[in-house]
Amino acid sequence: MIGVVDYRAGNAPSVMFALSRLGIDATLVRTPTEVEAVDRIILPGVGAAAATIASLAESDLVGVLRTRVIEADTPFLGICIGLQVIFDRSDEGPTDTLGWVPGVVTRFPATDRVPQIGWNRVEFSRPHPLTVGLPADPYCYFVNSFYAAPADPSAVLGTTSYSVDFCSMVARGNIAATQFHAEKSGEVGLRILANFATWDGREC
Amino acid sequence: MLTKRLIACFDVIDGRVTKAQNFQDNIDVAPAAELAQRLYADQIDEIVFYDILASAQQRVIDLDTVRAVAEHVFVPFTVGGGIRDLDDMFTVLKAGAEKISIDSMAVRNPDIIRAGAEAFGNQCIVLSTQVKQVGVSESLPSGYEVFIDGARTATGMDAVEWVKRGADLGAGEIVVNSIDGDGTAAGYDLAITRAVADAVTVPVIASGGAGNVDHIAAGLTEGGASAAIISSILYSPRLDRNVGVRELKAGLAERKVHMRPWIEIAPT
Repeated sequence: MIGVVDYRAGNAPSVMFALSRLGIDATLVRTPTEVEAVDRIILPGVGAAAATIASLAESDLVGVLRTRVIEADTPFLGICIGLQVIFDRSDEGPTDTLGWVPGVVTRFPATDRVPQIGWNRVEFSRPHPLTVGLPADPYCYFVNSFYAAPADPSAVLGTTSYSVDFCSMVARGNIAATQFHAEKSGEVGLRILANFATWDGREC
Repeated sequence: MLTKRLIACFDVIDGRVTKAQNFQDNIDVAPAAELAQRLYADQIDEIVFYDILASAQQRVIDLDTVRAVAEHVFVPFTVGGGIRDLDDMFTVLKAGAEKISIDSMAVRNPDIIRAGAEAFGNQCIVLSTQVKQVGVSESLPSGYEVFIDGARTATGMDAVEWVKRGADLGAGEIVVNSIDGDGTAAGYDLAITRAVADAVTVPVIASGGAGNVDHIAAGLTEGGASAAIISSILYSPRLDRNVGVRELKAGLAERKVHMRPWIEIAPT
């Protein structure tokens, strides 16, 4: 069963609609007990990093997510803000974030229109179970003013270009995350979600 | 590189898509959920849905139809019409929309832009404007005036001044909807689209008047728009011939407009 973390500023419904269309069992999780009960976790998100962190803290979910994802190696997929908050710190706020993956989140330079809104190309650096069955360098839907810079380049699975080349997909052990909205990237995104539903949390 | 976007626009009455001309005389097209599904299969980049009577009838937006569309569409989905406050926004987002479009209500209460952006992020708040060319005057330096309430009420506000204020308040995208162009298939108003695109740094969406692929290409290049709203060309019964998304994108690619290419992928 996939648990989709539901918090006030999140967009859990869109993710649930996508999983439902794929015939994948999923449930919204809002409390530590509910997070304990699922065997895969999706952290969706829209909006601001500080609001997301505040919202997770308010629901008392920060500790239990850490236990499940970092200690128990539960397969995890972050989406959009759900990618940004797994790093140490975001300039948006600024705020300290979950600190699961070393790196910081910073604002796009003003050379292009900010936020980036629309479809952009994702180039994958290596094969990964979550990208099986995708066309080469697919276009995915982005909405972001900030981007993550992982300290360790091996955590970067996908790269996209907007003013700068930035990390559009993260993969490190059982932790994966997309800066693009997988639930809104058409059949490409649905394929990533379907792959996540059977992923054992390993690289190959 | 970021592509330009094609956005299908639905004016919805009682769960059905309708098509107006100059904001009047809506004729019936198809059930919204059915048309949305067809356009999704045709790889439309985005869909925007206006509940065009919610505001006049002072009722909450048609959430059943919002949900019915969201269940089948896995590209971004914007909803507008009758949004009065943060609670309305929250309800629509929980029904499966990604973005909220505000128009007349933002003119009446500009603070709703700031409050919405603060609560849900700038990317969530689309400021839609109905603009009409009225000639340059001291109070309307751009020569374009903002109208509200389905183009029925003049506001006395300058279009360019208003969108700048809207972007400053936190709108993440601006729709420039030409009242003169609406449903005419005679082309976007490129002058005001360009003026707005030059005045703000957030993405600008051209709307009102696209009748062929040249019009769309012009909006996305000369008009400076990041995205083009289309409707008549896709499905208006008033046109002799409708054109599908795939054919439009092929035409845009021929005109060197960078679009999300058609993909072949086995259904999941």
